[in-house]
Amino acid sequence: MIWNEEFETLPREALDALQLKRLKRLLEKVYHLVPYYRHLFDKENFFIESVRSLDDIKRIPFTCKDDLRKNYPFGLFATPHSNILRIHSSSGTTGKPTVVGYTKRDISIWSEILARMFSASGVSRGDILQNAYGYGLFTGGLGVHYGAELIGATVVPMSGGNSKRQIMFLKDFGTTALTCTPSYVLNLYEIAQDMGININKLSLRVGIFGAEQWTYEMRHEIEEKWNIDALDIYGLSEIIGPGVAFECLEAKRGLHINEDHFIAEIIDPETGEKLPCGETGELVLTTITKEGMPLVRYRTSDITNLISEPCACGRTSIKMEKIMGRCDDMFIIRGVNVFPSQIESILVSMEGVLPHYQLVIEREKQLDTLEVLVEVNDKYFSDEVKILQNLGRKIENEIKSNIGISSKVKLLESKSLARCGGGISKISKVVDKRRQN
Amino acid sequence: MKIKQISVFIENMEGRLYEVIKLIGDNNINIRALSLADTSDFGILRLILDKPDKGYSILKDNNITVGSTEVVAVEVPDIPGGLATVLDALNKGCINVEYMYAFIERSGDCAIMIFRFDDIDKALQVLEKYDIVTITGEKLYKL
Repeated sequence: MIWNEEFETLPREALDALQLKRLKRLLEKVYHLVPYYRHLFDKENFFIESVRSLDDIKRIPFTCKDDLRKNYPFGLFATPHSNILRIHSSSGTTGKPTVVGYTKRDISIWSEILARMFSASGVSRGDILQNAYGYGLFTGGLGVHYGAELIGATVVPMSGGNSKRQIMFLKDFGTTALTCTPSYVLNLYEIAQDMGININKLSLRVGIFGAEQWTYEMRHEIEEKWNIDALDIYGLSEIIGPGVAFECLEAKRGLHINEDHFIAEIIDPETGEKLPCGETGELVLTTITKEGMPLVRYRTSDITNLISEPCACGRTSIKMEKIMGRCDDMFIIRGVNVFPSQIESILVSMEGVLPHYQLVIEREKQLDTLEVLVEVNDKYFSDEVKILQNLGRKIENEIKSNIGISSKVKLLESKSLARCGGGISKISKVVDKRRQN
Repeated sequence: MKIKQISVFIENMEGRLYEVIKLIGDNNINIRALSLADTSDFGILRLILDKPDKGYSILKDNNITVGSTEVVAVEVPDIPGGLATVLDALNKGCINVEYMYAFIERSGDCAIMIFRFDDIDKALQVLEKYDIVTITGEKLYKL
C-alpha cells in the first residue's frame, strides 16, 4: 500500500526539480532568519546563489550535533516562538541535550511520513497498533502515535516498559501491529515465554522496530520467534524523529527515504567529500520542508550506503541500507576499518543471539591489539571447559577470516559489562585505549 | 539414575568464588560435592546441591551465569582398584568420560563418584550391563 501515491512515486526528474526548488528556498530562509547560518555561510565563503543544481549541495557547509549544543536551547529555530507547537529533546547523556521545535506544519509532515511508513508496513484502518516507544521528550512515542492516528488505526499508547501488561494487552486486545525497539521485542518474547503465552495464538502480524541499530540476523530471529514481519524504521530527533526512512513489506531490503522532505548524501567521514551513490560512508541529511528547526547538511554520524535501484513496491525514492554503525564507533586497526556491527554479525551467528560485548583496542609495542569481551549468556554457557574455549577460538577465527584481523576473545560473566559501565544501555561497544594514552 | 548438577561460570576475579558460595549458603542450601575447572581466564564451578532447583533459581535471580546438566552418581568399591573396575567397564562400552569428581559421603562400603558423560543414556545402559550401581537423586541429596 502506498499512502501518498503522487509524492512517493514521483518520477526521478520531477523529484530532483522539487528537491532543488525546496533546497534553494531553505537556504534563503536560514540565511535570513537564523544568525548562526548567516555567520557560518559568511565565514566559509559560501554564497547561497552558488547553488544552481542539486550537485552544488556539496558546496554548502556541514552542521553537526555540536552546532545544536552551541545553540542550546532555541538558537537554531527559524520561526518566532509563537509558531512553535511542540518541543522535543534528547536525554543529553553525552553532553548538553539537543532541542528541536515543531510548527503545526512540521507536525503534519511528520504525521504524513509516518502514515507512509505504516502503509508500507501493511498497517491501516482497522489495525490495532500497540505503541511501545517511550512517550515524552523522546520523539519515538508521539511521532508514531500521530502517524497511526492519521491512517485511522486504533492506537494503544502503551509507552515503554511494564512488559507483563504489554503482553497482556497484545493478547487481550488482539494487537495486530507493534512499534518498539528491536531489543525490546526480543525481551518481550522472553517474558511472554515465562508467562506461558502461546505466541502463535496472538493476532500480531507486523512490527516496526527502530531507534537503535539492528542487523538482518536480528530480524530473522524476531520474525522466527514472533511469527511476524519485522520492518526497520530510521530517524533522528534532530531531523524530525522516526520516519525519515522506512522499509517496505515488498522488498524488506533498504529503507525508503522521504526525499520530498529530506535530501540524503553519503560523505567520507574523514575528508567530508561527497561519495558517489552506492559507496559506504556517513549519512548527511538536509531538511527541505521543515519550518521550526530546519537543518542544512546535518552529519548524522550514521554509516550506510544509498541504493538507487528501483524497488518492487513502486516507490521511486532512493533507499538507504540498514545502518551499519556509527562514525564514532568505527575504528581503524592495523589499517583496517572495522565497524562493531561486523563483529556483532559474527557473535550472533554463533548461537543465534547477540551477547553483550565490548571491543577493547590497545597498542602494544607499536602493534594494535583487539580484545573482544563477550558475556557468557545461557546459550553460550556450558559446563565443559573445552566447549567454551572452542567458542572463543571460533569467534577469533571468524573475525580473522571475515574482517582480516587477529583478536583475542575473553569470556565474561553475564551482566559484568553492565556492572562496570552503569547499565546495559550504557555499555560502550568500543573502548579505544590508544586514544586515552 | 540421572542427577542434577548445577554449573556456574566464574570470571577469574578476586572474591567471586566466595560470593557465589556464600549466596548458596545464605539461602540454606548445602553443597554435597563440587569441582572447579579453571583456565587462565575463567573457571567453571560444578555443584551437587541438596536443593538443586532452588539453587538454580537463586543463582539465576542474582544474575549469575548458571547452567543445569545431568550427571551420574556411581558407587565405587572403596578398595584398591575399585575405580579402575568402573572405568574398565566404561571403556569396554566405548563411553567417553567428560570429567568426574568425588562425592563427600559414602554409600555403605562404597565411595561415590560423580560422572559427566557426553552420552548419558548410553553410559547408563553400559553401567547397568556391568552391574555397577548408580544412586538416585532423592537418595543422594539426603546422604
